[in-house]
Amino acid sequence: MNRPRPALRPVPAAATAAPVIEARGVSLTFPTADGPVHALKDVNLTIGQGEFVSFIGPSGCGKTTFLRAIAALESPTSGQLTVNGMTPDAARRARAYGYVFQAPGLYPWRTIAGNVSLPLEIMGFDRADRQQRIARVLELVELSQFAGRYPWQLSGGMQQRASIARALAFDADILLMDEPFGALDEIVRDRLNEALRALWARTGKTIGFVTHSIPEAVYLSTRIVVMSPRPGRITDVIESPLPRDRPLEIRDSKEFAEISHRVREGLRAGHSDHGDA
Amino acid sequence: MHDPAVPTGIVAASAARRGRGLGKAGRAIMPVLAVLGAIVVAWYLAAVWMNAPWVRDQAARAGETVTAGQVVRATMAQERPVLPAPHQVAAGLWDGVTGQKITSKRSLVWHGWITLSATLAGFALGSAAGILLAVGIVHSRVMDLSIMPWAVASQTVPILAIAPMVIVVLASMGVTGLLPKALISAWLSFFPVLVGMVKGLRAPDPMQFDLMRSWNAGGGQVLRHLRLPSSLPWLFASLKVAIAAALVGTIVGELPAGATQGLGARLLSGSYYGQTIQIWSALFAAAILAAALVWLIGAIERVTLRRMGLAR
Repeated sequence: MNRPRPALRPVPAAATAAPVIEARGVSLTFPTADGPVHALKDVNLTIGQGEFVSFIGPSGCGKTTFLRAIAALESPTSGQLTVNGMTPDAARRARAYGYVFQAPGLYPWRTIAGNVSLPLEIMGFDRADRQQRIARVLELVELSQFAGRYPWQLSGGMQQRASIARALAFDADILLMDEPFGALDEIVRDRLNEALRALWARTGKTIGFVTHSIPEAVYLSTRIVVMSPRPGRITDVIESPLPRDRPLEIRDSKEFAEISHRVREGLRAGHSDHGDA
Repeated sequence: MHDPAVPTGIVAASAARRGRGLGKAGRAIMPVLAVLGAIVVAWYLAAVWMNAPWVRDQAARAGETVTAGQVVRATMAQERPVLPAPHQVAAGLWDGVTGQKITSKRSLVWHGWITLSATLAGFALGSAAGILLAVGIVHSRVMDLSIMPWAVASQTVPILAIAPMVIVVLASMGVTGLLPKALISAWLSFFPVLVGMVKGLRAPDPMQFDLMRSWNAGGGQVLRHLRLPSSLPWLFASLKVAIAAALVGTIVGELPAGATQGLGARLLSGSYYGQTIQIWSALFAAAILAAALVWLIGAIERVTLRRMGLAR
């Protein structure tokens, strides 16, 4: 995935192009037996076409809840949230996004190609179109020669790549990823991070990426959203000054260390806020 | 030069190998054979103990004295023993299966087939009803709240009381033969399938349902692609219970007076005429049939789940 290839479509020069996801004063409260839990409080954020935005913060900071709200898997209790100018639910029905979870969630009774084919079958793509799309996305995640294998024949990292291919297969412009590499070891994680950067550069997708790894967030993102818990809120938004072309070694650079430091400070500040309150 | 621990290690290893000499299948079958042996011994002892009074009575009436050895021998070969000895039941079973033309009314194969056909029909009917109701319950809250209590209530009604009514009512409407028995059989077999499938259809984890939602999949698509395939382990487990229950239902359906066909009728006529060997032979025929049916479903289960990658 990390070999240079011609881009499939022009990548927008400026990351702050047309807004794709807009949140205005979004709050989300879960009622529980111990009283309401404020998973999100007054979140304001605009994500532009082709941005790679990471959400980082400790457990309970609402990063996953915010991603799920964008995907219309949760409904905000107040505020305004639009995806491609529509309500999240309308966007979901218009297949605006592909979602990747922490676990690959592949069906053991389907081959890798069969798993990638599943959303396409559900969405009613015809057979020839399906074949073509499966071949294209499996090539994109470098699993072409494993199309006929079953999930249990593949390593964890390969399974997660297959689940990314599945999310890409129906050409949604937005890719939402909820700690997709959280369960993988660091070496595999590095490779997949590199591959994901390359995939993003090739396809120009808008990516929302939840993580609790600082290096992962800094390496991947054009923008890093730092969040803190109780109530879940945004404490800092960091524009990455790192160049578009990022070899893994960039993580040893001074700029990388500076951004990492700022993210860490943001996380610490959010934490002490809570301690004072 | 040599480490003295090495030969000891080899001895220990070979001892361990000797312990495993029976192989995996052998080790699995030994406890089964031991239990079977214990049952047969207990059965013989019980046969002697329960049949002896009749032997002594007969001897007393004839004014003869019998030795203990003669009593034991006589208890093994009565025509209508209180408890037939295992070898008598085995002989009765063998004669019923191989000693008769299979079209004969004395053939256990013929009676077995009558029972089997009604069992399979009832099982198919009951399983289909169980699966359909489970699908309804999983998709409709109203059905979830309304069906389940009735399904549970249906199983608390004593089937032995219901069965004759079903047979008699249907017979008065001109419906006889396989169908009434199949209905009773279905009555007993739908319940385990219903309970198992409700559990199975709800088994996929929330993430799988979220994925389906992110693809804007409809209820039917979620059912076909996610719920039904994931429910198969539960389905097979409940089918094994259901087929045994279906056989019991059929036999109960064959018991009401007038039935002349099937293992149930064979049990009943045996008890009318004090033909204990006939009763026990029919009983064992039914047990063997049930075991074979459960084994068959288990075999289908193993093959299917392995092919689907769901086997543990």
